[in-house]
Amino acid sequence: MKKLSARRRHPLAALVVLLFALAAIGGLYAEFAPAENAQADSSAQSLAIDEGKRLFAVGCSSCHGLNGEGSSTGPSLVGVGSAAVDFQVGTGRMPAQQPGAQIPKKKNIYSQSDIDAMAAFVASLGPGPVTPTKDQYTSTETDAISKGGELFRTNCSQCHNFAGAGGALTQGKFAPSLENVDPKHIYEAMQTGPQNMPSFPDTTMPEKQKQEIVAFVRYQANEAPNPGGLSLGSLGPVTEGLFGWIFGLGVLIAIAIWVAAHTTKAKKS
Amino acid sequence: MSHDMSDDKLPQAHAAGEGHGEAAVADNPFADPGLPPHEPRRTDIDERAAKRAERQVSLLFIVSMLATVGFIASYVSIDADRIVYIFPLGHISALNFALGMTLGVALFCIGAGAVHWARTLMSDVELPAERHAIEADDETRADVIEQFKTGAAESGFGRRKMIRNTLIGSMALVPLSGVMLLRDLGPLPEKKLDVTGWNEATPNAPIRLVNMNTNEPMKAEDIAVGSLTFAKPGPSALRPAGLQESDEDFQEAIAKDALMLIRIQPNDIKDADSAALGFEGVLAYSKICTHVGCPISLYEQQTHHALCPCHQSTFDLSDGARVIFGPAGHPLPQLKIVTDASGYLVAPGGFEHPVGPSFWERSE
Repeated sequence: MKKLSARRRHPLAALVVLLFALAAIGGLYAEFAPAENAQADSSAQSLAIDEGKRLFAVGCSSCHGLNGEGSSTGPSLVGVGSAAVDFQVGTGRMPAQQPGAQIPKKKNIYSQSDIDAMAAFVASLGPGPVTPTKDQYTSTETDAISKGGELFRTNCSQCHNFAGAGGALTQGKFAPSLENVDPKHIYEAMQTGPQNMPSFPDTTMPEKQKQEIVAFVRYQANEAPNPGGLSLGSLGPVTEGLFGWIFGLGVLIAIAIWVAAHTTKAKKS
Repeated sequence: MSHDMSDDKLPQAHAAGEGHGEAAVADNPFADPGLPPHEPRRTDIDERAAKRAERQVSLLFIVSMLATVGFIASYVSIDADRIVYIFPLGHISALNFALGMTLGVALFCIGAGAVHWARTLMSDVELPAERHAIEADDETRADVIEQFKTGAAESGFGRRKMIRNTLIGSMALVPLSGVMLLRDLGPLPEKKLDVTGWNEATPNAPIRLVNMNTNEPMKAEDIAVGSLTFAKPGPSALRPAGLQESDEDFQEAIAKDALMLIRIQPNDIKDADSAALGFEGVLAYSKICTHVGCPISLYEQQTHHALCPCHQSTFDLSDGARVIFGPAGHPLPQLKIVTDASGYLVAPGGFEHPVGPSFWERSE
């Protein structure tokens, strides 16, 4: 101790003390630091992010940037969440074939595990809506369809038509038909507001109401009877009028011509 | 049959058949050939065919009768909720289908029967009817004018001026009764077109914005950028429970009070006045189109355009709802919103401009 004390004014003493302090802090850190961080690199989540990043670099980065920061041709993906990726890639809208007023749906070329990996990567860029699980978008309530119908007419029917048949918007954009859309994708569209569709976040439309809307849309597409007969696309007076004038009037004209063309005279001329 | 037919309208076919055709053509190549000779129908010459046609017509009428009975029977017996599967129509209402088919058959068979009857059994002999002048002959016309003059002189219409003038007066006043009845179109709307339920709000007693979906008041952080929410007025002095669907005048009230709530990044808002009426980028616009009052909420969150489905009026909600396309004459009215002490979105007053379509006395 005396020896140590005697050298406390040595020019290198400060350096030695600094080294000891650094070693002590490093040791304490190693002891108390959360173990998960150190192990994260080998977890499934991290592997998915790595795999997603690789797929993203190949399929998405030309428009959205190597790190999803966006460019002049594609928006930033920071904060869009995994639900947006699952919707856009799952319905085949992304990767887009060409720029335009609206990116239409097409055949999906990715497997669900690839989509999940890309979703994990994009979700790691910033917090956003999370891909829903099956019980999130499936309602078990018996009155879900009727409640969903009311919510659908308030929130959705203005663009998607009262029967979910879709409709036109401005300058070549359109609200697509909801027939044959996967319930998960309907739910994700409401969560994330893809392209020009506004979003309906849980704060203004709780999860339960989204479930009811999904239940109504599925019922409308699959089971809803059509009391009037042919639905003619459920597009309203335009197709009905066209059908009435062309088909209905056409049949009457054909009958009139047939009647006039067949003489009742005994001597056929 | 041809007592009123002149000779030159009779068929020329016989003359041509006798070999004098050439001379006739040289005479007048454009001569009216007249009617072709009458050809009898099979039912005219064959009594069995006529009987068969009669049976066919009767059968059509009987089918019509049965279809009418079927219509009544289906109306009475088929449950209105019953859904059946019929190819190729799919799942349809059994009652609608039965009523439509039976009524259609009943009417069609009457028509078809009448046509068949006229074609096969009613007389088909050609009957030309000559046109005659509409004008009466000179003698009759002179007689009528003479009678009118005598009548006018006998009535003393020109001589007794008092009667003439009072008659004109009474005839002139009669239409006023009709004009008075137009008052039944009233009463005049007074201020009803200028005010909405939001006019109940004052800066000291603001009205909360209530979410149409959840029936709950909203905070600004509930409204995400790019989202769309519909709102109605919350509790006020006039409506302590807020506007509810069970209210008797709900439809009338929501037709003026309905709001679209959107949120735009504050630096994307082009109109400073519009931004000032909003709260941190949350903007509240009337949902009623200023053209003819359709509910307008086809909102495109990237372009911030709202499109009216009726006549394609398009409003730029990031620029004070300026009309960028279509027949609408005014921007959508915007409601000023602030937050109350608990952080809920409230309106401290009504719309600055009247909502809905223009009207004569609309204040600018």
